[in-house]
Amino acid sequence: MRRMAGLLLFLAALTGAAAAVPMPELDVGQGGHCVNDPQVMRQNHMKFLYQQRDETVRLGIRGGKYSLAGCVDCHASKVNHSVLGSDRNFCQGCHTYAAVKIDCFECHSSKPRALSAVQREGGHP
Amino acid sequence: MSDQPDNGRRQFLSRGTAATAAVAVAPGVLLYDFARARPPAEPASSAVRWGLLIDTTRCDSGCDACVSACREENALPLPLKPTDPQWIRKVELTQEGTGRKVSLPMMCQHCAEPPCVDVCPTGASFKRADGIVLVDKHRCIGCRYCMMACPYKARSFVHEPVEDHSGATPRGQGTVESCTLCVHRVDEGRAPACVDACSREGHRALLFGNLNDPDSAISQRLRSVASVKLRADLNLDPGLSYVGL
Repeated sequence: MRRMAGLLLFLAALTGAAAAVPMPELDVGQGGHCVNDPQVMRQNHMKFLYQQRDETVRLGIRGGKYSLAGCVDCHASKVNHSVLGSDRNFCQGCHTYAAVKIDCFECHSSKPRALSAVQREGGHP
Repeated sequence: MSDQPDNGRRQFLSRGTAATAAVAVAPGVLLYDFARARPPAEPASSAVRWGLLIDTTRCDSGCDACVSACREENALPLPLKPTDPQWIRKVELTQEGTGRKVSLPMMCQHCAEPPCVDVCPTGASFKRADGIVLVDKHRCIGCRYCMMACPYKARSFVHEPVEDHSGATPRGQGTVESCTLCVHRVDEGRAPACVDACSREGHRALLFGNLNDPDSAISQRLRSVASVKLRADLNLDPGLSYVGL
């Protein structure tokens, strides 16, 4: 019983510690159903994007589900229509938090494409 | 025996239908090569080799529709300095002695043996299976060896930061770029922007198609008219041919 109480205390301390760390408050834009589970995307989006990027550029395979333009279309802020700009914007916010340089948008657009027919129907581009 | 289907006749009929699908939809607009566009999830195949036939006798010296269409499609800035990117440029030639003038568009010749690919130290410069020569800007370190190696002066270096990302091709400072044969359009079964622009202007000096298909419009035309490859002495086997030089 005593051990149980200790464990509970420990857990409470952990939760308290987690709450004390400031998490990024992100503007997810349109959001909705992601192409994969959000936790999987948080951990692996870079791997998915690298994989699809090479297949598209070098082999010419189009229409894969892990498209950078697709990320931007759904997650561009409704305020400045971009995934960059401030620490609330979807890509920049998390990358600043994680201290990871983001260089995708030196070449790629950080603004959504014009709405395609697929998107209007609620699917992923 | 009579209940057996007449396969010879069936095949003849289906071939006839395919041929009908391939004829011109409107004067100058051919669906021949694009009727069999590959599905987007399939990789580009070496069964296809994309090429261009440029008829200089139809090219108007005052027209730069192909150049502006390329600039618009790929969101290229207006070239103000000699070092600014140019994927396609109009060239005016005058023959010595006779004074005969020729106007033609010059761009990446999409060689089968591209020297830009040979010299690239990172593998950024590459030739896709369907013959389109590209720069993988994710791997480009901006060394510009390829620009030195290209005998057609077809490649440009992006010196300035890119502000306008609205183009179909992602572009960035510090990388080399050149004509992509509008690979994004080709993958959708469309012709490059310059080709469409030239047709819109009524010149139809540019013919795009599959060189590996003997029945494609471009192959038929290459068989019937005299054409040259630029600097054929280098044996690079360019995908572009010129008529009337």
